[in-house]
Amino acid sequence: MNAFQAEDPLLQVHNVTRYYGDRVGCLDVSFDLWPGEVLAIVGESGSGKTTLLNCLSTRLAPTTGAIEYRMRDGAMRNLYQLTEAERRLLMRTDWGFVHQNAADGLRMNVSAGANVGERLMAIGDRHYGNIRSIADDWLGRVEIESDRIDDDPRSFSGGMRQRLQIARNLVTRPRLVFMDEPTGGLDVSVQARLLDLLRRLVADLGLSVVIVTHDLAVARLLSHRIMVMRHGNVIESGLTDQVLDDPREPYTQLLVSSILQV
Amino acid sequence: MNDTAQIYDQGEYNFAYLDEQTKRMIRRAILKGIAIPGYQVPFASREMPMPYGWGTGGVQVTAAILGQDDCLKMIDQGSDDTTNAVSLRGFFEKTAGIRTTYETSEATVIQTRHRIPEKPLTEDQVLVFQVPIPEPLRFLEPRETETRKMHALEDYGLMHVKLYEDIAKNGHIATTYAYPVKVNDRYVMDPSPTPKFDNPKIDRMAALQLYGAGREKRIYAIPPYTKVKSLDFEDYPFEVQTFDKPCGLCGAENVYLDEVILDDKGGRMFVCSDSDHCEERRADGHLGPMAASPEAGQFGGQNAQETAR
Amino acid sequence: MPVRLYLNNVGKSFTMHLQGGTVIPVVKQVEFSVNAGECVVLGGPSGAGKSSILKMIYGNYRCDEGQILVTVGDEIINIAGAEPRRMLSLREATIGYVSQFLRTIPRVSAEDVVAEPLIAQGASEAEGVDTARALLSRLNVPERLWTLPPATFSGGEQQRVNIARGFIAHYPILLLDEPTASLDAANRAVVVRLVEEKKEKGVAMVGILHDQDVREQIADRIIDVTGFAAEAA
Repeated sequence: MNAFQAEDPLLQVHNVTRYYGDRVGCLDVSFDLWPGEVLAIVGESGSGKTTLLNCLSTRLAPTTGAIEYRMRDGAMRNLYQLTEAERRLLMRTDWGFVHQNAADGLRMNVSAGANVGERLMAIGDRHYGNIRSIADDWLGRVEIESDRIDDDPRSFSGGMRQRLQIARNLVTRPRLVFMDEPTGGLDVSVQARLLDLLRRLVADLGLSVVIVTHDLAVARLLSHRIMVMRHGNVIESGLTDQVLDDPREPYTQLLVSSILQV
Repeated sequence: MNDTAQIYDQGEYNFAYLDEQTKRMIRRAILKGIAIPGYQVPFASREMPMPYGWGTGGVQVTAAILGQDDCLKMIDQGSDDTTNAVSLRGFFEKTAGIRTTYETSEATVIQTRHRIPEKPLTEDQVLVFQVPIPEPLRFLEPRETETRKMHALEDYGLMHVKLYEDIAKNGHIATTYAYPVKVNDRYVMDPSPTPKFDNPKIDRMAALQLYGAGREKRIYAIPPYTKVKSLDFEDYPFEVQTFDKPCGLCGAENVYLDEVILDDKGGRMFVCSDSDHCEERRADGHLGPMAASPEAGQFGGQNAQETAR
Repeated sequence: MPVRLYLNNVGKSFTMHLQGGTVIPVVKQVEFSVNAGECVVLGGPSGAGKSSILKMIYGNYRCDEGQILVTVGDEIINIAGAEPRRMLSLREATIGYVSQFLRTIPRVSAEDVVAEPLIAQGASEAEGVDTARALLSRLNVPERLWTLPPATFSGGEQQRVNIARGFIAHYPILLLDEPTASLDAANRAVVVRLVEEKKEKGVAMVGILHDQDVREQIADRIIDVTGFAAEAA
């Protein structure tokens, strides 16, 4: 594994700022993300972490600033200068987006198999048998029984839906996955299982991940690096364990000291 | 003044009901549709003196293309003399005063609801379809803004999701009508609720096909001899329905049949959905197994209801 | 022997913003070096800052002042102020850390926990697991536990799993944070032997060891940290 030796960053974020009218969403955020790196964005509600995530994932145009991404051919491209067709292709092949609420990321009225197979069909796979066997394989990897392949996600538990959403995103072997509170709203034991699964998949596939969470335990388990946001600003960033064990900013110290010890 | 504009006395209609400006607007939409086969062209659909769902889209298209010398045939699910066909034929007889016919080969314009005649059409004919919901992606993606983008970007993976679901749930592609097609290798299109049995007829058809959706305000077209491919999977290729019996009245095989209930004791028969085709064959002396039966006589293959859904 | 690690004028303090901005000085002007094949033990009472020094070397604590230099091949890298990914790559290949406490990961078996650092350095999965089993066996972790996640193990068992994890891979620099605390005599002897083996391979080690007996066996030098004490501001 050469995750930390790669020469070139996968994503470069330059001074991204997003205003909502006069109000600040996020302010002057810059960072690089390398292949295989997991970056956690933490902060309380309203700190701008979701705004930033949406800007990065081309779901919300920044007011100013630029975001560049290294395409599969090695070329750096400004995400907001891609054509809509290029952007969509990127989003359904090279990227994933895991929503907090699985229903936002799944088609709730089609079967689990079709949910996983959709991206394959979107990129032109026209062999039912192949699509189905790949979908089946991915359901296995996210620990969903084969016999649920034809069931709608409506009949799935919250944890299963979230795992299905992950399979749906990973089936095209993306290089970058955005996650918005992927374990939010799940009960603790379900959360632990999902986190472990994510941790393994991320390591096995060498994924780069930008994960938004308010849960510092999630950040500690999954991420290499952390950015703490407050009022739209990145106030502290660095190695995950360094920021959590030796927090420097008053707000970070408050966050860390607010964790309940079990 | 063109050949369909007339000055009538007060209280009378312009030729074929619509005013000339409206016809021009619709003709422009039709021309655009022909230029971009399968693309849904928005148009300013008018209120027609009949309810939505009765073919207001098809009627407007027909009204816009009819000339004084045209001969019009009206089909409702294959039949020339069920309510919808009779009403609309009457409408044009009254407002345009043109010739109408039951015979496929005699007609220059054929407006149809949910069937394509069995007899091959020619370059001199225009087939006008009545379309309820023109958007093939609608049931999977309710947002119009999104479906338009999907068409623009040829982002059609979702269409196969539907077919995948069919196979997963039924073991085969169970969609039997409004079966999605790709026109000229570009636009995915809903061929209106015709049975998929008729899809092969759409492919490289000699006649011009025009599709009108009045409530949804869309017109689309397939020019003559355009490639139209029914969507499918490599390992589950497109297939049409087959019937294990011939038409009960005329004995025709390889045609689309309707089930007709004869009594309340389970008696039934299958007859040609295309009533003109059936009558023509019977006139030529073809007889089916039920032709002589007294129950069959009262139907004559003309009040048939489509049941193949 | 070449110098592997050099701390130059290192200082550290904590500012407790939640306690009205109290500044707690920890150490200042820390200066020592460690050669390849040498084990340096940090001495001094609790609270003298031994652990903080170790954590600064591992990048777990920030280094406020001075330099922490490590040799990686022909390169000399300053850990104080290293980019996160540089630090992660150092942790993967250059600096190992053996601590008392295991941060358990749900659903990962003991042998996989142990094998992970070796596999991260490029060993095959089979090789990693074989080496892990051998180490667990040397440290007297019962075989029936190897395939179970260590979350439910006793404190002593968890500690030995963690020691195995710390020793399995080859790091030119190894930090030992009380590895023998609360171990029985037999297992202490195993750890002493593991340290000896590392020395033979030229590993530079910095340790904190309260156990007098073990300290005498493995320490080549003892540095009294009280000399680096920082007075309260």
